[in-house]
Amino acid sequence: MKAKVHVTLKPGVLDPQGKAVHHALESLGFAGIGGVRQGKYIELDVAETDPAKAKVQVEEMCKKLLANTVIENFAIDLEG
Amino acid sequence: MKSAVIVFPGSNCDRDAAVAITRVTGHAPRMIWHRDADLPDLDLIVVPGGFSYGDYLRSGAMAAHSPIMAAVKAKADKGVRVLGICNGFQVLTEAGLLPGALMRNQSLSFICRDVLLRVETSNSDFTSGYNAGQVVRIPVAHHDGCFFADEATLDRLEDEDRVAFRYCDAQGNPADAANPNGSRRNIAGILNPGRNVLGMMPHPERLADPLLGGTDGAPMFRALAAALS
Repeated sequence: MKAKVHVTLKPGVLDPQGKAVHHALESLGFAGIGGVRQGKYIELDVAETDPAKAKVQVEEMCKKLLANTVIENFAIDLEG
Repeated sequence: MKSAVIVFPGSNCDRDAAVAITRVTGHAPRMIWHRDADLPDLDLIVVPGGFSYGDYLRSGAMAAHSPIMAAVKAKADKGVRVLGICNGFQVLTEAGLLPGALMRNQSLSFICRDVLLRVETSNSDFTSGYNAGQVVRIPVAHHDGCFFADEATLDRLEDEDRVAFRYCDAQGNPADAANPNGSRRNIAGILNPGRNVLGMMPHPERLADPLLGGTDGAPMFRALAAALS
């Protein structure tokens, strides 16, 4: 089973990299961008075939390592 | 004082820390590889600066879960002094030994220069060699030094006198212009509730010898040696 994990900064946590990307996009002529927040995307192949169990497992991975929950949120999508 | 310096793949201030400790105690600290799971009887553990595991995932994230860190946590729980410098501070926050997180510098630039710090408390074995309010010059060298914590955590750190150092100007004011990395409330170093764990972004071990151009970092190591010998 494939687990797709998105790690994003919590609202309110400053994202200077996102801001720099925003400015760069504007300088390239892309108008109308309200804001840019940069995050991480992590793909995992997990042996567990039961989606409920896999989700619990990957949640544990996110809390322990993949995300720093002081500053980051995570979202998990399971496939297959 | 029985001391040890933890060495991760990518540590690069481990030897500087060892030299600073040897200078005040006359004894070289044990250098402990990150794969070891046990620590000997110790008074002080240094988690040094560097780029452990190449800063993969987040600075300090991988090192925080290396075998040795469980032993460091157990020692810290028993009151052993733990000093995390730069990457060591990042490792200690990732390991949950200190609150908050160290994020990318607000300027996005790697900063490598001397900064001024105001000593906020002399009430710890790390800072008892300084006077509260004293301004010291210590170098920083980091890309991810922007200290972040939520407002409640910041208030608690202040209420419990656990802010050890703040970035400041020459007059000791924690001004915005003196904040090199965007850290909340200009915080450069913090203590745990037991006051036996200190994490700080600046490098006291890099200015602990006159040959290096300054000695403002030396009182930290002298105070630790005096308290723990």
